[in-house]
Amino acid sequence: MNMKTQRLIRLTLSYFAIAVVTMIILYPVLWIIGSSLNPGNSLSGSSMFPDDATFKHYKELFNTEESDYLIWYWNTLKICFLTMVITVTMIAFMAYSFSRYRFIGRKYGLMTFLILQMIPNFAALIAIYVLAVVTGLIDTHIALILIYVGGLLPMNTWLAKGYFETIPKELDESAKMDGAGHFRIFWTIILPLVKPILAVIALFAFITPFTDFILARVILRSTDNYTLAVGLYDLVANNFGAEFTKFAAGAVLIAIPISILFLSLQRYLISGLTSGGTKG
Amino acid sequence: MDITEAKTNHKKIATYLSIFPGAGQFYNRQFIKGSVFLFLTIIFMSAFWDIIDIGLWGIVTLGEIPMEDHSIFLLVQGIIALLVIAIGITIYVINLVDAYRNGKRRDLGFEKNSIRQQYQNLIDTGFPYLMLSPGFFLLIFVVIFPILFVILLSFTNYSISNSPPAKLVDWVGFDNYIDIFKMDTWRHTFFNVFKWTIIWTFAATTLQIAVGIFLAVLVNQKELKFKKMIRTIFILPWAVPAFVSILVFAGMFNNTFGTINNDILAFLGIGPISWMTDPFWTKFALIMIQSWLGFPFIFVMVTGVLQSIPNELYEAAQVDGASMWQKFKNITFPIVMYATAPIMITQYTFNFNNFNVIFLFNGGDPAVVGQNGAGATDILISWIYKLTLEVGQYGKAAAITMMLSLVVITVAIWQFRRTKSFQEEDMM
Repeated sequence: MNMKTQRLIRLTLSYFAIAVVTMIILYPVLWIIGSSLNPGNSLSGSSMFPDDATFKHYKELFNTEESDYLIWYWNTLKICFLTMVITVTMIAFMAYSFSRYRFIGRKYGLMTFLILQMIPNFAALIAIYVLAVVTGLIDTHIALILIYVGGLLPMNTWLAKGYFETIPKELDESAKMDGAGHFRIFWTIILPLVKPILAVIALFAFITPFTDFILARVILRSTDNYTLAVGLYDLVANNFGAEFTKFAAGAVLIAIPISILFLSLQRYLISGLTSGGTKG
Repeated sequence: MDITEAKTNHKKIATYLSIFPGAGQFYNRQFIKGSVFLFLTIIFMSAFWDIIDIGLWGIVTLGEIPMEDHSIFLLVQGIIALLVIAIGITIYVINLVDAYRNGKRRDLGFEKNSIRQQYQNLIDTGFPYLMLSPGFFLLIFVVIFPILFVILLSFTNYSISNSPPAKLVDWVGFDNYIDIFKMDTWRHTFFNVFKWTIIWTFAATTLQIAVGIFLAVLVNQKELKFKKMIRTIFILPWAVPAFVSILVFAGMFNNTFGTINNDILAFLGIGPISWMTDPFWTKFALIMIQSWLGFPFIFVMVTGVLQSIPNELYEAAQVDGASMWQKFKNITFPIVMYATAPIMITQYTFNFNNFNVIFLFNGGDPAVVGQNGAGATDILISWIYKLTLEVGQYGKAAAITMMLSLVVITVAIWQFRRTKSFQEEDMM
C-alpha cells in the first residue's frame, strides 16, 4: 500500500514536471505563430491569439516586389545543396584513399585532419573577411560554399574513414583479381556499400549552411545575396520590431519544413553525431 | 650476382645524384619517373620563381612605398610563396627518398621493373594522391591559408586607420599581445569579456546538461505513458534552426512588446524587467535560452545510454534496498557520464564559441562605457567579430583569436588523447 502511494506521488510529480517543460517548449512556438497572424506590423497592444487573425504577412513575404524573402530562401537552398554535393563527393574520395591505400604522407595527412577538426572555421573570421575583400570574393555565394565545404571536410572525413574500414578488404582484392581498375572498384564495389554514412554526411552538409549565421553575415553584403539567417536578422535588427509580425511569418515558414525534415531523419543524425563524438 | 650484391652502393650514389631532381631515377634506370621529377622541377622553377621572389620580399618588408605597395596583398603573396616552397620541398624530399629506395632495391639485387611495370606502379601509387588532391587543395586555401594569415596578422599593426593602399602596415612583433595585457582599456575589456565567457560557458553548459539528464531519467521511468510523444516534443527545440528560435526569444524578451513582460510576468503579478538593458537580466535570459536550445541534444544522448543499461543492475540494487537517489548516484550517473563524457566536453567548447545566441539575442549589448568595442554580454568570439567588422582593429582581433584558439585547441587535444581513434594503431 505504502509502495503504491509512493509510486502514485512519483508519477504525478513526473507528469507535472513534464507538463511544465512541455509548456516552456511550446509557448515560444505558439507565441510566434500567434504573432505571425496579427494584423498589425508591430506587436504593441496585440494579443497572443488575435481575434482578427490574418495571413497577410505570409502573402507579403511571397510577394517578390515587397520582400526579398523568396530570394533568401532560394539562396539558402542553393548554397546548402551545392555544399552538400561538393562535400559528399570530396569526402567519398578522401575517405576511400585513407582507408584503402598506404601511401607516403598518409599519416601526416590524417594528423592534419585531426588538428584542423579541432579549430572551428570561424576562428579565422578576420582572415576570411580580409581575404574575401582582397580577392574580390566578398558578397559571393561561391566563397561561402567553399568555406562551408572546407569546414566540413576534416571531421566528416574521419567519420567516413571509420565506416569505410568496416567494409572487408577482401571485396576489393577479389575485384582486383578480376581485373577491375582503381576507380572501378571504388565506384561499383565500395560506393554502394557506404551509402548510409554518406547519407548522414549529406544531411550534416545540408543543415550546417542552413543554420550558420556568422560566416554568411561576414561574407554577404547585399540584400539580394542574403541567406535566410542573415535576412531574418536584418528584418528584426533594422526596424526595432516595427516589422516583427512579418519576421514572425518568415520564422514560421522556416521552422516548419526544417523541423519536419529533422524529426523524420533524426535517427540518422543522432547516429552520426554519436559516432563522431565517441570515435573521433 | 651474389658477389656484386655486397659491393654495389647504388642507394648512396642514387641519393646523391638526386640532389639534382630526377638524376637518381635516371641512374636507377627509371626513365619515366626521372622525367616526371625533372619536368616537375623545371615547371616549378620557371612558374613559381617570380611568386617566390616577390612573396618573400613582400612578407619581410610588407611594402616600402605607400599607394604603390599594398601591404595586405604582399602578405597574401608571401603566404602563397611559403606554401609553394613547402610543396616544393615535399616533392624534393619524395624525390630523394625514392632514389634511395630504388637504389637499395638494386643493391639487394632485385630486377628493375620493366617500363610497363613502372607505368603501372606510377598509376598505383598516384591514385590515392589523385583522389585526395581536390580536397587537399581546398583545405589549403580555405582553412590552412586563413589560419596562417591570422597568425601573421596578429604580429602586425593592421587596423582601419592604417589600411592600405593609402598607408603601409608594419610588423610589430608581440606588441598586440603586450598591449592587450598592458594598456588599461584593452586589459580591462579583455578580462571582463574573458570572465563572462568563462562564466557563460560553465553556467549555460552545465545547466543544459543537468536539465537534459534530469528529463531523460524522468521520461525513462518504466510506468510512464506516452513516452514517444513526450520525446518528440522534447526534441522540438533542437529541430527548429537555432537562429530562428534565438530571434523569436529576442522578441519575447523585448522590454516593450515582449510577451515575457507583458503576459507572463504580468500574470504572475511581477513588474516588468528590463531584459535587454540590464546586464544582469540579459545574462540571466541568455543562460535560460541556451538551456532551452541545448538540452534536447543531451536528452537524446542520455536516453540512448539509459536504454542500454541492463535492468538487472537496478533489480540487484532494489534487493539491497537502495533508494531512488542511491540508484541514480551509483548506477545511472556514472554509466551515463562514462558513455557521454567526450560529447559533454564538446558542448563546453561549443558554448565557449557560441556566437549565434549572444549576437542574435542582443548583439552583445547592453553597451558598457569604457570597454573597447565590447558590450556587457559579449564573449570572446563576438568581441572578435565586432573588432573586425565594426571597429576595424584587425591586428588586435587576430591576437585575441590566437589566444582563444589556444584555449580551444588545448581542450580538444586533451579530449582527443582520451578517445579511441587516437590510440588506434591503424591510424598511425
